[in-house]
Amino acid sequence: MDLMESIRNAWRLAALFGLLVAAAPSFGEDAGIFDEYRAMFGDDNPAVFVIDEGEEYWFEPQGPKNSSLEGCDLGLGPGVVEGAYARLPRYFADADMMMDVEARLIFCMRELQGRPSEEIQGYPYSMRGDLGTELEALVAWLADQSSGMPIAPGQEHAKEREFFTLGEQLFYYRAGPHDFSCATCHGQEGKRIRLQALPDLTSHEGAAGAYSAWPAYRISEGVVRTMGWRMRDCFRQQRFPLLGVGSDVTVALQTYLAVTAAGAPMMAPGLKR
Amino acid sequence: MKKRVAQLLMLASLAGTGLTQADTLPEALGSSFEAINHVDMGRLQRDPLQEFCSKPRGQAGDSAMESALRDEAMASVVFPAGDDFIGDWARGAEVANNGRGLQYSDDPEAPNGGNCYACHQLDPAEVAYGNLGPSLTGYGARGQSDVMLRYTWTKLWNTHAYNVCSHMPRFGALGILTEQQLKDLMAFLFDPDSPVNQSIE
Repeated sequence: MDLMESIRNAWRLAALFGLLVAAAPSFGEDAGIFDEYRAMFGDDNPAVFVIDEGEEYWFEPQGPKNSSLEGCDLGLGPGVVEGAYARLPRYFADADMMMDVEARLIFCMRELQGRPSEEIQGYPYSMRGDLGTELEALVAWLADQSSGMPIAPGQEHAKEREFFTLGEQLFYYRAGPHDFSCATCHGQEGKRIRLQALPDLTSHEGAAGAYSAWPAYRISEGVVRTMGWRMRDCFRQQRFPLLGVGSDVTVALQTYLAVTAAGAPMMAPGLKR
Repeated sequence: MKKRVAQLLMLASLAGTGLTQADTLPEALGSSFEAINHVDMGRLQRDPLQEFCSKPRGQAGDSAMESALRDEAMASVVFPAGDDFIGDWARGAEVANNGRGLQYSDDPEAPNGGNCYACHQLDPAEVAYGNLGPSLTGYGARGQSDVMLRYTWTKLWNTHAYNVCSHMPRFGALGILTEQQLKDLMAFLFDPDSPVNQSIE
């Protein structure tokens, strides 16, 4: 069995398990017809094609240095991709920064390939109906490389613990013309907006269900969306300005979520409405 | 406000160099967001009420401060001239159904919506309603007295007059909806002909 085949098989198993979990009421983010629609996909998640694409990007020499990302250290050593996503966000001494997967990829593209950060930051996420972006594909592949592994973000370094606290403060930060914070919608159990069920991200169960399922293939948009995109779009709905890719706010909030979700297995890329 | 925006912008330019990482909440906000379309960085600045209501895990705030904020919210309410509260329920239904307004993806020239169905049940025929707030179906049967009208107007204008740290937006006080839109919503809630006050078989 070649590598691609084994990746696909592993993915199918993970996707099936993910569907079972998604069907359980305590984990289900989407209710009703979306569950039925999702069930129609069976164990086929269109994200498998994006995962393949992400792997190709990883090994493709690019940029002024004509180098691949193979030497990129995602926290477990240069080139180690298996299990790396599940350990993010974490502190990276070489950058002296807390980073999520997106910040780290942009860092590696700059350091290893000589590509300016703006190249990715200017167009990180695809528009509705577009083909996916390189960042989305890489994140999908890396998340798949952690599928089934427990979420275990770094909390040893002082900066890691500091970012957990910062993330919690941000989660409750009410501002803007509508007075919304993350907690407005995601601070109680059993709530929904219109028909859309809202995970309670302050509980382990709620945070685990949500954090483990991103990145996800979004049926309504036909593309893979990342956790960074999810954060950016939540803030748009909060009536805040544009959230930067790999920014301190997104990294801190993901740290808060990942720590709250710690121990639960990664199930990404998931499948969403 | 202008000075605070300037501070945020200065922090943003510092962080943009990639040499530092934020240690504090204001630094993180300033370096992580950017103004886009009609949405500026001033949106991130909290007023005293927002700051009071940002405590993690529902931690209790200072009770004197809470009373002061409640009083301030009550004093902020502007009632319509001649206590003319009731507009057109059909237009109110549109306001309740419209979830757009003030997002950077929205047309700033178009009227804002109240997005009431995001959180409340209203017209019983509309099944796509949220449950972050209580059901308001049959609201007119709660009474039509002047006290009830003034109470409801106050809730819409500035909900914190009754419940400090309620999740509901301040539709009047922060100018999300116009006085006419609020009157139309009042009609949607109170008018006996409004679908909110009809039973469905």
